[in-house]
Amino acid sequence: MGKLFAVLLTIITAVSMYIFLSRTWWLPHDISVLGHGIDHQLMETLVESGILFVAAQLVLAAFVWRFGGDGDGRAIKTFPGGAIPMVVIATLLVGGEVLALTLVGTKVWSSIYQAPPDPNALRIDVLAEQFAFYFRYSGADGRFGTIHPELIDEGNGNIYGLDPANDTTARDDIVSASLVVPVNHPILLSMHAKDVGHAFYVPALRIQQDFVPGLLIPLQFTATQPAKEEIVCTQLCGLGHYNMRGYLEVMPQEEFDQWLADQASN
Amino acid sequence: MADSASPSPVHRDTTEKLAQLKHLPPEGFLRTHVFSLDHKVIGKQYLDMALVAVIVGMVLSWLMRFHLGFPETPVPGLGTIAPSSGAGGVMTPELYLSLMTMHGTIMVFFVLTTAPFAGFGNFFLPIQVGAEDMAFPRFNMMSFWVTFVGFLVLLAAFLVPEGAPISGWTAYAPLSAVGKDAGPGLGLGQTLWAVSIALFCVGQLLGSLNFITTTLDLRTKGMSLARMPFSTWAWFITSIIGLIAFSVLLPACVLLFLDRVGGTSFFIPAGLVISDRLQPHSGGSPLLWQHLFWFFGHPEVYIAILPGFGIVSHVLPAFARKPVLGPRLLIGCMAAIGFLSYTVWGHHMFLSGMNPFSATLFSVPTLVITIPATIVVLLWIGTLYGARLRFTTAALFCIGFISVFVSGGISGFFLAQPSIDTYLHGTYFVVGHFHFVMGVAAMFGIFAGTYFWFPKMYGRMMNETLGKWHFVLTFIGVYCIFMPMHYLGLAGNVRRYSAFTDEYMKGSLPLHRFITYAALVTGAVQILFFINLFWSRFRGAVAPENPWEATTLEWSTSSPPPFDNFGTWHPVVYRGPDEYGVEGPSGDFRMQAVPDRGGKGAPA
Repeated sequence: MGKLFAVLLTIITAVSMYIFLSRTWWLPHDISVLGHGIDHQLMETLVESGILFVAAQLVLAAFVWRFGGDGDGRAIKTFPGGAIPMVVIATLLVGGEVLALTLVGTKVWSSIYQAPPDPNALRIDVLAEQFAFYFRYSGADGRFGTIHPELIDEGNGNIYGLDPANDTTARDDIVSASLVVPVNHPILLSMHAKDVGHAFYVPALRIQQDFVPGLLIPLQFTATQPAKEEIVCTQLCGLGHYNMRGYLEVMPQEEFDQWLADQASN
Repeated sequence: MADSASPSPVHRDTTEKLAQLKHLPPEGFLRTHVFSLDHKVIGKQYLDMALVAVIVGMVLSWLMRFHLGFPETPVPGLGTIAPSSGAGGVMTPELYLSLMTMHGTIMVFFVLTTAPFAGFGNFFLPIQVGAEDMAFPRFNMMSFWVTFVGFLVLLAAFLVPEGAPISGWTAYAPLSAVGKDAGPGLGLGQTLWAVSIALFCVGQLLGSLNFITTTLDLRTKGMSLARMPFSTWAWFITSIIGLIAFSVLLPACVLLFLDRVGGTSFFIPAGLVISDRLQPHSGGSPLLWQHLFWFFGHPEVYIAILPGFGIVSHVLPAFARKPVLGPRLLIGCMAAIGFLSYTVWGHHMFLSGMNPFSATLFSVPTLVITIPATIVVLLWIGTLYGARLRFTTAALFCIGFISVFVSGGISGFFLAQPSIDTYLHGTYFVVGHFHFVMGVAAMFGIFAGTYFWFPKMYGRMMNETLGKWHFVLTFIGVYCIFMPMHYLGLAGNVRRYSAFTDEYMKGSLPLHRFITYAALVTGAVQILFFINLFWSRFRGAVAPENPWEATTLEWSTSSPPPFDNFGTWHPVVYRGPDEYGVEGPSGDFRMQAVPDRGGKGAPA
C-alpha cells in the first residue's frame, strides 16, 4: 500500500510539474511597461516554489516507500538531529526565500501602485456599473464635469450624471464604451462605481483593481504595443457579472488623436 | 496536605452526591437523543449535520461544474426543481451564482468548521482530558441547536421567491446590503444569509467558551497541559481563535442585517444609483465590511485547518509507531499560526483600494506565517522517517493531508505577494489554492478522524478495504480537480463566472470539461465512504476498546464510552500522549492512564 501510494504521489508530482513547464496554459502576451516586472517576479516564485513542491512531495513519497510495514521487527529511528534541522530548513530556506521574494516584490508593487502619477499622463475617468464599463475623456478644456448622481439617467444617455446646462466643464466631456489609449503614453485611470463593487482586469496589462463604491481609485499603466484586449470584471457584481466586459484598444498616437476628434465632433 | 489526601467522610459524601447530581444517566428519548446534554451525543449531532451539509454542498458543486463544462446541456431534473431559474434544465447566471454562494457558505461554515472542530472536538476533547463532560453542558446543547437553526435558516433561502443569495460566501457590500434593487437573489435570501451566519456565530461562541473552560478546568489528575494530546491542543487553540473571530463576524452580520432591513448605512456610501434609483443611504463604507469580514475570514481558514493539524499529529504517531518529532515545537507552531492568523487579513484586500502601502505590511506576516506552517509539515515528514508505518485508511488520509496541504500552501507563496496577486487575484488560481489548503486538506483531516475514531464512537469497525479504495480514488481525484485550476488561473481565467463568453477565456473550456469529469467521478467515489459509514454503523465488526494500540485516554474506556465517559473509574494520567516505540506492558506503546509497575512516571 505504501509503495503504491509513493508511486502515485511521484506520478502526480511529475505530471503537475510537466504541465506547468510545458506552458500549455500560460500567461497571455504582455503589452505593459510594468508587465515584465510582474512576470519576472512570478517566474522566480514559480521556480522556487516548484523546487519546494517537488522536494516536499518526493521526500514524503520516499519516506512512505522506505518506512512502510511494521512486520519485520526493525527498531524505529529518530530523524537525524531531531527537530532542529526542520527549524533550520524552514527558517533559512523558506524564510530566506520569503524575505527575498518580499523585498523584490515590494519594488514591483510600489512601481505600479505607489509611484507618483506621471504629470503627462492622459487622465481617463472610468465608471463601472451593472454590467458595463464607461470611459470619460475630459475634452478640449482638460477638465472633467462634476458628477451628480441624481441626474444619472441611462434612458436619455446621461450615464455619468453630468449637468452640461449649468456646468461648462461638462460640455466637452467625451464618454466612450471602449477604453481607447495611445501606445507608449502613460495613462492614469480614475476609477469609481455607480452601484456595487466591480473590478478592472486586463490580463495582458497584468493589472487588476477593484472599484469600490464611494471611493475614487487611481490606476496607472502604459501600453507598449497596439492591441485590442478584453477588459473583464473580477468582482462579483450580480447576475450579469460573467458578461460584464469592455475593450481596451491601444493605437498609435495619430490614430488616437483622430479617434478623439471624431468622438468630440459626434 | 493531609486534608486533601484523606477528606472527611462528610466532605466526600457531598462531593459524590454533587457528582451524581451532575452526571445522572439521561432519561427519556428527548434528553437522550435530541436535547442531550452529553457532549458525545452533541458531537455526533454536529457530525451528522455536517454530513447532511456536505452532501448538499457537494451536489451544488456538481451542478456548477456540470454547467461550467457543458453550458448548453440541460441537467436532467433541474427544470423541475427550479422551474424559473433552471427552465429546460439550463441554469440562469443568477442560479449559478446562488449555487456558488450556498456551496461556499455551507462548506466553510457548516462542514469545515462544524465537523473537525465542533463535531470531533465535542466528542473527544472531554474524554482526552479525562473529564466526564464539558464544563457547561447546557451551553453545549444550545451551541448545537442554535447552529442547527442557523443551518435551517440558510437552507430556507433556497425556498424564498427571490431565490438564494448570489453575493458569494464573502457577501461583499454594498451588493449584499442594498436589497432587491441590485438584482435577483439579493432580497429575502440574502437577509436569511445574514441571520443564519449570525446564529452560527452565537453557536460557535458558546462552543468555544466551553472548549476553553473544559481544557483549562476539567483536566483529570496528572493531565498537565504538556501531557494533553495534540488534538486537544489543536481544539484548544482553535477555540481561542474562534472566540475572537466569531465575536467580530457576529456584529458584522448584525450591521449587515440592519443595513438591509433597518435603513441604516454602515456599509453603503452616498450617491449609489442602482436600477435607476438613487439609493436612500449615505455615509457607509464597503471597505468596513471587507475589514470585518476578513478579520474573521482569515482566522476562519485556521479554524478549519488547525483541528486537521491536531488530528494528523494525533493519528499519525499511532500508525507510525513512534512519537511525533518535536512535540513542544509542534504545539508552539500551532499557537504561532493562531496568533499570526490575526495579522494577515489584509492580504484578501490587496486590490480593494485601501492604501497600497498597507498591502506591503500585510504581505510580510502572510509570508512569515509560512515558517511555522513549514516547520509543522517538516515535523510530520520527519516523524515518518524511521517509522514502522501501518497503512490503515486513517494513516493514509493523514499522509494525503500532508501532500495536499503542501500543494495548497505552496501556491500561497504567489498570492501572498501583492505584485503577483494583482494578476492572479480574481482567477481560478485562487480557487485551486484555497480548495487544496483549507477545503481538501480539512476534508482529509475529517476523513482521517472518521476512520480513526469511528470504532470509539459507534463501537464498530469501518471496512478497511472500502476505505483504502476511497482514499486512493479521492487522492487522485482531488489532484485532477484542483491542480488544473492553477493552470487556468495563470492563463487569466476569471472565477465566479457562470459561463466563459470572453474570447480569451474560451480556450479554457477543454480544461473545464476535464475538471468537471474529475469532479463528478470524485464525487461518485464518496458513495464508497457513505456506504462504509452507514453499513459499519450497524453491521461493522465489533470494535475492541483499543483497536489501534493507541495511547490516549479515549482508548482506555469502552467503545462506545458510557454516558459519563469512564464509568466509576477516575482516570489518572502518568505520561505524555506519544509513548510509541517503547517497551510497554502490551506491545510497543504505553498508555497515558496505565501506571508503570516500577512506579515510574508518577502523576504530575
